[in-house]
Amino acid sequence: MQKNRIRRGIVTLCLLLAGILVLLVLSVCIGSVNISLSDIGRSLCGKEIENARILWDIRMPRALAAIILGGALGLAGYLLQTFFHNPIAGPFVLGISSGAKMMVALLLVFFLERMKRISSWTMIAAAFAGAMLAMGVVLIISRRIESMSALVVSGIMIGYICSAITELVITFASDAQIVNLHNWSRGSFSGITWDNVRIMAEIIAVTGVIVFGLAKPLSAYQLGEAYARNLGVDIRLLRVALVMLSSILSACIVAFAGPISFVGIAVPHLVKRLLGSTRPIFMIPACFLGGSIFCLFCDLLARTLCAPTELSISTVTAIFGAPVVLWVMMKRNKDKVA
Amino acid sequence: MEYYFKTEKLSVGYHGCPLVEEIEFGINKGEILTLIGPNGAGKSTILKSIARQLELLGGAAYMENRDIAGFSKQQLSQRMSVVLTDKIRTELMTCEDVIETGRYPYTGRFGVLSKEDHRAVEEAMELVHVTELRDQDFSKISDGQRQRVMLAKGLCQEPDIIVLDEPTSYLDVKYKLEFLSILQELRKQKNITVIMSLHELDLAERVSDKILCINGKCVERFGTPEEIFEEGYISKLFHITSGTFDETTTGMELKAAEGSPKVFVIAGGGTGRRAFRYLQRACVPFATGILYENDLDYPVAKALAGSVIGAAAFEPVRDTLLDEAKKSIRSCEKVICTKAHFAALEKYNEQLLEYAKVCEKDIKIWQK
Repeated sequence: MQKNRIRRGIVTLCLLLAGILVLLVLSVCIGSVNISLSDIGRSLCGKEIENARILWDIRMPRALAAIILGGALGLAGYLLQTFFHNPIAGPFVLGISSGAKMMVALLLVFFLERMKRISSWTMIAAAFAGAMLAMGVVLIISRRIESMSALVVSGIMIGYICSAITELVITFASDAQIVNLHNWSRGSFSGITWDNVRIMAEIIAVTGVIVFGLAKPLSAYQLGEAYARNLGVDIRLLRVALVMLSSILSACIVAFAGPISFVGIAVPHLVKRLLGSTRPIFMIPACFLGGSIFCLFCDLLARTLCAPTELSISTVTAIFGAPVVLWVMMKRNKDKVA
Repeated sequence: MEYYFKTEKLSVGYHGCPLVEEIEFGINKGEILTLIGPNGAGKSTILKSIARQLELLGGAAYMENRDIAGFSKQQLSQRMSVVLTDKIRTELMTCEDVIETGRYPYTGRFGVLSKEDHRAVEEAMELVHVTELRDQDFSKISDGQRQRVMLAKGLCQEPDIIVLDEPTSYLDVKYKLEFLSILQELRKQKNITVIMSLHELDLAERVSDKILCINGKCVERFGTPEEIFEEGYISKLFHITSGTFDETTTGMELKAAEGSPKVFVIAGGGTGRRAFRYLQRACVPFATGILYENDLDYPVAKALAGSVIGAAAFEPVRDTLLDEAKKSIRSCEKVICTKAHFAALEKYNEQLLEYAKVCEKDIKIWQK
């Protein structure tokens, strides 16, 4: 039985990986200009093709960003749900994304004039500061109240406050900046450069490896703090690590793609069902891969559904993610009654 | 001699507020120590502090003469496991998954279990009889089963000391006995030391080598069950006011009916207890006699009857007692006799029954 479940875990991971490959190919093929598979093959072999620039400079970095940032979202959601022992936690509902967004907006509006360009690192640092700020407030509130729904409500309120400040800043910004800010603040994978991809890959890779290193303490943490402590887990260290890592992940996402809703909440629940278990050693890679698939798929729809108009990514993720959240809540309620 | 586990001037509580202070006890390896005391007296707090779940507010606890504060997290986790009352919410975890977490202190970087680890899990499941639960979802089994699974988790941690907070509370009588038998078995097989809290005083008396009585702010008594279950002490410890607890039999009875006796019960040899309790439920005050002080009915009569005419064990019943009983019969309206027949050495009760007939009392023969 245990062996079967391990096999199931490995099979699931392989399937997710295969899914990413398929969607990656679809993402670079489909668009306002369709690129055929044979063209891609030829281009890979170093031959000249007609739409090489679209393929390599626009679609490829965009698809890779969706994979990396989607994975980061899935992971961030998983870490937050574990940390708060709350199945509907995620970077977006807890206001962490909005906090990060606010700081980035402030940075853009106040410093863009003085400095010609703002580096990705500065953006990430600002987003991280915002994420930590929101996280800090959520943490203070979570100490006072135990209730799962109250925590989420307070997170949403923090999100509203941060969004309001962001809107305020945008209102007073000059026109050229508004265009920039407006697109970004709705969340989108468009306009990602190879440079961006490199930086986000570096950050997410390092963070991801650290998260995977936490698989063991997280497995003990599933039984609650008291038991985890008895098993020798350094609870304080683990909690700090969870807060920092989920903030870094959320910050990185916001800095590059803006706030993206529902991926973080929905993905852990979906992959849990696929795995049939909640073992962190499988959950961590599966949440990453699941997030990647989710975002690739949603980005593909966002680009193509109403082409040539592009939808914001959150529009699409909400359509698929929100029902998952509803399903989780109804299932929990049923379990409680039964 | 040196104790295996001991505390010195231990002071425990929450947020710097001491709840119980000056806790001192010592136990030998392989002994079972039980904490008893009223609700909210601080039993759980003491257990949590010993298991380093809570900061000590003063004093220290020693294992093999080493301050437990000096153990590293891993060292302590390999030597001491806990089973708590906290409800744990798991998702998609089988019982085996839960038990396997007990191997945490022994596994490597990624927590993958070795053959040796699996053997320990297997052994723990067999010992606690939860092997058949292994593939069931932990969140979907009963509280009692959960309690046993958590014990298995605690055992596969291979501790020297196991700390249990009210381990029997959700168990039915069969599993209560089984649970405590397992603890005794563990002591025999592995010389594991047990520190636990129990609400069931009868079980505490039977299973413990040492008992620690906690009352509000301090440890009132520490000793063997024989020392602790001294007449009247438990009632005092728990401030029992409605009803009684009998330390010698660990039986408890509800509060006796008030008023002057209306019924006289002729009992003996354990036949009267049910009648006494029946009368208590019906709120009828009664008197009973003549009972030898070592009769099975005697402790219940003491607890429930308005007056008991008792005779010193194995002594002939004196006439003065007989007269006293007759007087009591005269003052009652009814007489209940729970004896079908009187043996050779209890003719005195037969005489009482005859006397009741003579007095034309309403006589009821009560059997079963």
